[in-house]
Amino acid sequence: MISTLAISQASVTPTLRAASGLGQSPQRDWLNDLQDEEPPRDPDQSPDWNSLLCSVATQDRAAFASLFTHFAPRVKSYMLRLGSDAAQAEELAQEAMAAVWRKADRYDPERAAASTWIFTVARNLRIDAFRRQNHPELDPNDPALVPELPVSADLIVARKQDASLIHKALAELSQEQREVLRLSFFDDQTHMQISETLDIPLGTVKSRIRLAFGRIRTMLEDKE
Amino acid sequence: MSIQYHPDDDHLVRYAAGELSEAWSLLVATHNALCLSCRTKTRLAEAVGGVLVTDAAPTEMSVGALEATMARALNPQDDFVVRPEPASVQALTAKPVLPQPLRGYAGGDLQGLRWRRLGRGAYYVPLMSGRGAPTARLLRIPAGRPVPEHGHKGLELTMVLQGAFTDGGKRFGVGDVEAADSDLEHQPVAEPGEDCICLAVTDAPLRFRGLFARMVQPFIGI
Ligand SMILES: [Zn+2]
Repeated sequence: MISTLAISQASVTPTLRAASGLGQSPQRDWLNDLQDEEPPRDPDQSPDWNSLLCSVATQDRAAFASLFTHFAPRVKSYMLRLGSDAAQAEELAQEAMAAVWRKADRYDPERAAASTWIFTVARNLRIDAFRRQNHPELDPNDPALVPELPVSADLIVARKQDASLIHKALAELSQEQREVLRLSFFDDQTHMQISETLDIPLGTVKSRIRLAFGRIRTMLEDKE
Repeated sequence: MSIQYHPDDDHLVRYAAGELSEAWSLLVATHNALCLSCRTKTRLAEAVGGVLVTDAAPTEMSVGALEATMARALNPQDDFVVRPEPASVQALTAKPVLPQPLRGYAGGDLQGLRWRRLGRGAYYVPLMSGRGAPTARLLRIPAGRPVPEHGHKGLELTMVLQGAFTDGGKRFGVGDVEAADSDLEHQPVAEPGEDCICLAVTDAPLRFRGLFARMVQPFIGI
């Protein structure tokens, strides 16, 4: 591990490290934040982000510009909500989108929606910047990997229309369920801390998350 | 699949959200390499993360951000160092026992690892440790023998990679994850036949109870 840590520290650039504001986690009024949601868009009107991301792999700058216009301001919000100040969030959003350009050839539209993939790139970058750690991931080409079944209801998640289906499914969750999901993804707190933030028992946090995912899975399977 | 014991759903969600520290994430990712069910759940959680980020109110980027980003993307030397991904340092001759990403952290597959003595015939390879940080290591328990008796201060997750062990009447085979919390003084015993190799991650240092282990623990720092 020592070597991994060394790699990890060496790989964060000085500017980025200075910008990362390690350990800062300003108190936010989550309930206010939660009311700041955009009204739900009609996902069917969205451009085909998955195809645009595939085009970026062929160095298509116009496709990248479209993705950037849509995703960069949202990645910036993500970084802000996780405790970056405005300058750090701008820096991290630019780094994340630069990584999207450089890694686009690894994107597989059969495996993930563009929004999922860009989220994981941004997530890994902020783990690197804030905690100087790797986010270990499986290797889809590893000979030791248990291969996926070619067709399976369980693999619905990897399908093209997932982002819009999940968007609709989220809208159908209860307010409480959406709230714990948002806290899980936008707050760098443990579930124990979420239970303190919301003043509900830890078991309730866990069961709401479990129920929320159960509902999303059911909705995706029904809509397939 | 014959995997019966999985990581908690919480762990999968927190892995997807990027909240788990590296040692726990290593265990989740390694389990996902062998478990289609948890891999699918994790992917769903990541997809939900993507939709939540996309649905959130945007924050305006600074003037010229696109051009600045293109410059960063095309000139990674300037401002961005590509992180080397953990990779196996050994050429693979057969299907490896250790899946990725674990093999990269171990520095290769089983043959050629530098095992350290743990006592009572057991060995370990440290993968990640640090003051107060979760610890990850490989354990090798001789066939038919117990893991040196131990308790721990926090949660311990143990995933089987080769062989099997039994603990408290349950059998844990390849891919299975045993969760043990601090209250549990558990006594895993490797099945006869084949040495049992596990990935073990703990919140806090283990307290081994055997005489030999108690004597060496302060020195080996596990
Ligand atoms: Zn599993």
